[in-house]
Amino acid sequence: MPWVLRGLRDGVVTTSYPRRADPYADGFPGTVKPLGHDPILDGRTVEDLCPTGAIRTDGGMLRVDSGRCILCGRCVVQRPDLFGWTPGSETARLTRDALVVPELPDTDDAVEQLRAELAARTRMLRRSVHVRHVDAGSDGSEEWEVLALLNPVYDVHRLGIFFTASPRHADVLLVTGAGSHGMTEPLRRTLEATPRPVVVIAAGVDAASGGLVAPGYAVAGGIATLLDVDVWVPGAPPSPFSLLHALLLATGRIQR
Amino acid sequence: MSVSVLRWPGTEQVTALAEELDQRIAGGQRFAALLGRGNPATGTVLSALVAHDGGVTPLSAQLPAGVTHYPSLTPQLPAAFWYERLIHDLVGLVPDGHPRLDPLVLPHREGGELPHPGAAGRPARIEPDERALPVEVHGPGLFTIPHGPVRSGVFESVEYLVETPGEDIPHVRIRPHAKHRGLQKRFEGLDVDDGVLLAERVEGVASVAHALAFAHAVERRAPLPQAAGLVRALHAECERIANHLDVLGKLADAAGLAVAAARFGLHKERVLRLVGALCGSRFGRGVVVPGGVSGLPRLPADAVSNELDRLQRGIDGDVRALCDTPSFLDRVRTTGPLAPDLAAAHGALGPVGRGSGCADDARVTRPYDAYRWLAPPLVPVRRAGDAQARMQVRIAEIETSFHLAHHAVGDLADCDTDTLATELELSAGRSVGWAEAPQGEVVYLLEIGADGRICYCAPRSASLHNLVLFPATFVGDILTDFPFNEASFGLSIAGVVM
Ligand code: SF4
Repeated sequence: MPWVLRGLRDGVVTTSYPRRADPYADGFPGTVKPLGHDPILDGRTVEDLCPTGAIRTDGGMLRVDSGRCILCGRCVVQRPDLFGWTPGSETARLTRDALVVPELPDTDDAVEQLRAELAARTRMLRRSVHVRHVDAGSDGSEEWEVLALLNPVYDVHRLGIFFTASPRHADVLLVTGAGSHGMTEPLRRTLEATPRPVVVIAAGVDAASGGLVAPGYAVAGGIATLLDVDVWVPGAPPSPFSLLHALLLATGRIQR
Repeated sequence: MSVSVLRWPGTEQVTALAEELDQRIAGGQRFAALLGRGNPATGTVLSALVAHDGGVTPLSAQLPAGVTHYPSLTPQLPAAFWYERLIHDLVGLVPDGHPRLDPLVLPHREGGELPHPGAAGRPARIEPDERALPVEVHGPGLFTIPHGPVRSGVFESVEYLVETPGEDIPHVRIRPHAKHRGLQKRFEGLDVDDGVLLAERVEGVASVAHALAFAHAVERRAPLPQAAGLVRALHAECERIANHLDVLGKLADAAGLAVAAARFGLHKERVLRLVGALCGSRFGRGVVVPGGVSGLPRLPADAVSNELDRLQRGIDGDVRALCDTPSFLDRVRTTGPLAPDLAAAHGALGPVGRGSGCADDARVTRPYDAYRWLAPPLVPVRRAGDAQARMQVRIAEIETSFHLAHHAVGDLADCDTDTLATELELSAGRSVGWAEAPQGEVVYLLEIGADGRICYCAPRSASLHNLVLFPATFVGDILTDFPFNEASFGLSIAGVVM
C-alpha cells in the first residue's frame, strides 16, 4: 500500500481544539490543587511532603505553586483529604504568580493588564506564527512533547503555527529546561537575533522554576533570570495540549 | 612498573585497578564505566564498573589527599576516553597520558572551582569557562563548521563541530556541555524517595529505566512483591516502544517521508497516552518507588491488552511498509557503519551495540524484577553495523516489548496485588543498580550515608557510553548522512551530560 493511502487509514485523528473541546485535553491530570486548609500537624508541616517546595501554607491557607509542582502525586497519595488532581490542559498563565492555586490576591488585575499589553504586541500574529524552540537544559522529555505538536493528533500547522530553524523568522521563543549556565549565552544570542515583538514562553516546570533540578551549581533555577518571560506553562513535562494552550495564549487567539 | 609508581606517587591502587580490569576484560567481562568522586585536596576514589552475567561489579581505587595526577587508563582501555574527561571536569583529577583531555561536561581551567561529587561542600554556582575549550584551528583547506548548541529544529542542545581537514574525510566533534545540569551533586543530601524522582529527570525519555536502575541500587536485590515487578516491566516496555517509534519517525522524517513520519508520530502519541492512562504521567513518572511501585495500572487488564493489540497491529503494518520503501532503505543502508570489533572493544550498548554484534541485554543476562520469570529472549543481533541494522534491531525489540507487556498484564491479573512495595531497611553503604533502557543499559553507582540519605550518586546512561562512538561512524557525506546517523543512534543529550 503506498504511503498516501496508509495516511488515510485511521480516518481523522486530529483534535478540533481549540474550536471544540477535546476530551483528552479536558481529562488530562494537569495540576494538583489543595482541597482544604492547612491542618495542624505535630512537628511536620504538609510543606515537607513536597520534594520541590511547591506546597505553601500562608496563614492557614494551603496553596500549590504549579510553577514548582512536578506532579509527582505524593501529596495526593499521602493526604487525599488535602490535595487532589485537577483535570484540564489549559494550564498556561501570563504571570508567574498566576500559576499558584488557589490564586494569590491581586493576581487577576496583574494578568488583565498583561493580557492587554501582550495583545497589542501580538496583533500581527493572529493568522500565522513562527516558533523557535530553544533547549536551555531540559531533561529531554520536553522536546518530545514539543515535537508532538507536529504529529497528526495536534497538527499545529492547521492553526498556522510553524516551527522555524532561524530565530530571524521567529515570533515566539519556546524555551525548555532549567536554564543551564552553559545555555545562557546561546539563549541570549538567539533572543538577540529574534526580531521584535517577540513572545517568550517558559515551557514546563524546569523552565519556570528549575523544578527538582534546582538548586544547583549549574542551573539558574528557571529561565526568568535570563530573559523576560511572557507565558508560563506548568507540567513536568508540559503536555502537548498545555503547550498548545500556551501558544494560543501567547498569540492572543484565546483569552485564558 | 616501578617507574610508574615513582612518577605517580600514591596511585598504586589505580595500577592495580587497571590490571584487574585487564584481566576481567580478557575473561569476557565488559567495561561499563569509570566514575570519580571526591576532591583531590582531601582524597578521591576512581570506580570502574564491570558488567558480567549476573551483575555489575564496582572496582575501586583510592587516591590519597593531595594526589592530583594518575596514569591514564585510556591508552590501554580506549572506552575510558570520555569517562576520564568527565572525571577531570567534575573531580579535577588529571589522567596523565590521556590522548585528548578536552572538557566534556564542565569546561574549567586549572584552579577553577569544581563540584567534587561525593565530597563535602556544595558550590553555589559554577560557570563553564569557555576559555578552557580548545582553540579552533583554521588554515588553508581546514574548516570547522559549528552546528549548535541551538540547532535547526526541535532538538536538545548540543554542539557538533564538523572539521574538514583538506582532502581527508571530515571529522565530527561533539561538545555537549551547554546543558550540563550538575545532577550528580543535586542527588547528594536527598532521601531515596526524592532521589528516584530526580533519577527520572536525568534522561527524561527513559524516566522509567533510570528510576529502575536507581531503585535497584537502593534495594540491593531485596525481594519485591510480584505485582511490583510486573508493573515495572509493563512501564519499561512501553517506554522502549515509545522510544523506538520516536527513532523510526525521525528516520522517516530524515528521508522526507512525511506520511510515514506522521504515522509513527501517531503511534508514539498513542503509546504515551496509554502510559498516561496507566499512571497519570505520559512518561511513566512516579510509578517506580524504592521497594516497589506506587500503584497498579489505572486501566483494567483487558483494556490494556486491547490497546496493546491495536497499537501492535498498526505499527506492524507501517513498519512493513517502511521496510518496503526502496528510497528509504537506500538512505539507511551502509549509512553510519559502526564496525563490530570497535563496538565490542568499546562495549557498545543497546540497539547501537546490537546492530554491531554486541548482544548483551541486562534484562537477559542480569535479569531483575519481572524479567526473572518473564525470561525475555535475546534479540538477534545484526552485524552490518549501519543505520539499517540499528533500525532492524529496534523493530525486533518493539515486537519483544509488546510480547513482554502483554505477558506482564496477563500475569498481573492473576497475582496478588495487595502489596505493591516492600519496606526497605536502608543501611549505609555503596551499591550498584542497573536496568535496560531503550538506549541500552543504565547503571547507577550509589552510596547511602549513615543518615539514610544519598551521599554520592553517579548515573551512567547508555547515551553517555554510546555517544563517543558516534563520530567514528561517518564515512561518507557528513551533511546528508547526519540526520539518519543521529536518529539511528537514538540518544539523549540530557542523559549524556547530566
Ligand atoms: S504533586 Fe508532588 S510536586 Fe506537586 S505539590 Fe504534590 S508533592 Fe509537590
